[in-house]
Amino acid sequence: MQIIEVKNLYKSYKKIEAVKGISFSVNQGEIFGFLGPNGAGKTTTINVLCTLLKQSSGEAYLDNLEISRNQGEIRKRIGLVFQDTTLDDYLTAEENIKFHGYAYNMPKNLLAQRTENLLKMMDLWDRRKENVRSYSGGMKRRLEIARGLLHLPKVLFLDEPTLGLDPQTRRKIWDHINEIRLKDKITIFMTTHYMDEAENCNRIAIIDHGKIIALNSPEGLKIDLGGDTVEITTENVSEAEKEIKSLNLKPTITNNNISFQVPNGNEFLPNFVQNFQQKIISIELRRPTLDDVFISLTGKAIREQNQSSTDQMRSWRNRRGMGGSR
Amino acid sequence: MAKEFFRSIYVVTYREILRFIRERSRLISAFLMPIMFLVVFGAGFNRLIGEISPGVDFIQFMFPGILAMTVVMGSLFSALSIVWDREFGFLKELLIAPLSRTGIILGKALGGALTSSIRGLILLGFAPVIGINITPALVIKLIPMILLLSITLSGVGFVIAARMRSQQGFQGIMNFVFFPIIFLSGVFFPLTSTPNIIQTLSKFNPMTYGVDALRQIFFNDLNVIDKNIQPIGIEIFGHITTVWENITILSVIGIILMMIATWMFSKQE
Ligand SMILES: Nc1ncnc2c1ncn2[C@@H]1O[C@H](COP(=O)(O)OP(=O)(O)OP(=O)(O)O)[C@@H](O)[C@H]1O
Ligand SMILES: [Mg+2]
Repeated sequence: MQIIEVKNLYKSYKKIEAVKGISFSVNQGEIFGFLGPNGAGKTTTINVLCTLLKQSSGEAYLDNLEISRNQGEIRKRIGLVFQDTTLDDYLTAEENIKFHGYAYNMPKNLLAQRTENLLKMMDLWDRRKENVRSYSGGMKRRLEIARGLLHLPKVLFLDEPTLGLDPQTRRKIWDHINEIRLKDKITIFMTTHYMDEAENCNRIAIIDHGKIIALNSPEGLKIDLGGDTVEITTENVSEAEKEIKSLNLKPTITNNNISFQVPNGNEFLPNFVQNFQQKIISIELRRPTLDDVFISLTGKAIREQNQSSTDQMRSWRNRRGMGGSR
Repeated sequence: MAKEFFRSIYVVTYREILRFIRERSRLISAFLMPIMFLVVFGAGFNRLIGEISPGVDFIQFMFPGILAMTVVMGSLFSALSIVWDREFGFLKELLIAPLSRTGIILGKALGGALTSSIRGLILLGFAPVIGINITPALVIKLIPMILLLSITLSGVGFVIAARMRSQQGFQGIMNFVFFPIIFLSGVFFPLTSTPNIIQTLSKFNPMTYGVDALRQIFFNDLNVIDKNIQPIGIEIFGHITTVWENITILSVIGIILMMIATWMFSKQE
């Protein structure tokens, strides 16, 4: 059964066309991911699906309700964790949760019971009486996920749920998400630009410049790519590129690395190395990653050089609770 | 629908009050303002200036004005808090919850009005120290007036804040809107003793009617009122307004402002 269905959705801001006609559907109970670089239109799509923005054209259904015409009903059915924190820093974790419970009109017993369950699961129960201001970035995220799940939504939207967190915390958060997802039978719609995080999804839509350029399971995407990935570094990149092209292969270049796909790497490699005219500094043969999928689809790496600094700034802003107002 | 509307008012008001208690600076300022007032005005200002008009001394004239100012500052805070919430992200939590937009705004206004009343009550608590006698009956009459003034003035703030994104911009407008509102309201001097242009401008200022109403309630209670010698009431086309007329004008302005504010707020993305 399909819980979300999007048909030819467009969204323009005053000057920018952020989402340019996307269509996809999300099955009930699955983890569906949007993978794409900065500015691809991920957050914009979520904002339309969660009733914060109205689409410019096209249709979007959640639980068989057209979203822009049934905002009240939609809001009851969804939970959100935004890219930038939306907690009240001046209140304690417990008060933030309680406010949410009141706002969603939860019965007292259920609220008390779910508050305890979720905060314990997120390892926040002992610190529930502390002001959120004193929380670390990871704790805030966990609290927001707990809050998003509190009212038993049918769909939980996670916009870059682990942005700026260390790998250990990220893994922990994913363990929690998976545990609750199975227990409460909810569907998860998430965005990310971490490749390894996208591996958690049942299906992934790769989105770039407001368009979906591929949609499949992580395995399917890699298989579609065909065979193995060869990555080489050489002294003369442009000459090497020419030579690879002459072999009827499609090389993509990122940071002086040339990578391309071949059907059967083990057989291809010895011959290639023997006949290649340029000097090879290093060579690697591997199973394709989602990174390779992305590079071959868009011709560029998802995480460009300047990415890490943006990440740091973002996480700094998150910690300070200074989310932008997008 | 109606249930959702009242729940929205309730949860938002609840949070405003919780935050008022939590934010120490706001609590402290609620106590500090009256103390500052006492130091400045208690220290012989009175003797220096003497009677502002026969039967009413300076402190008696000023006190209702200071009360109005305290209240208006409070409603400024509550309007500002929408911009804060937007900037710090919490507004999104409100906007995606199954709450009514009108209810959110009214909850903010009511929360601001209640916290303003707390500030007002603290100020009233200090009144005896400077020789102003406050009777319980007076306090009971003042509270609804304080609530009305606060809600109406927060309407001004909300109309400005409904679309505003950054606090800096908001502060700028505050300087050009709120300070004129306070200065053109007759808080500091009787309007009848000001130039015509100021008197005319002040009649478009909702706060003027609040200050005057508070003053009339005070003077009635203190029995210092003498309509013949006391410049009180706002003159509109030759008619001097009564307390009830002031309240009516203030309510009408308040309702209009709130309607504009909720309309702007509910239309936003
Ligand atoms: N409120 C806005 N007003 C105008 N343009 C906007 C607004 N929000 C986003 N945009 C633009 O729309 C495009 C898509 O932005 P969006 O936030 O959806 O990207 P994203 O995929 O979430 O990126 P990121 O990974 O950086 O979060 C960008 O070009 C962005 O500049
Ligand atoms: Mg985004």
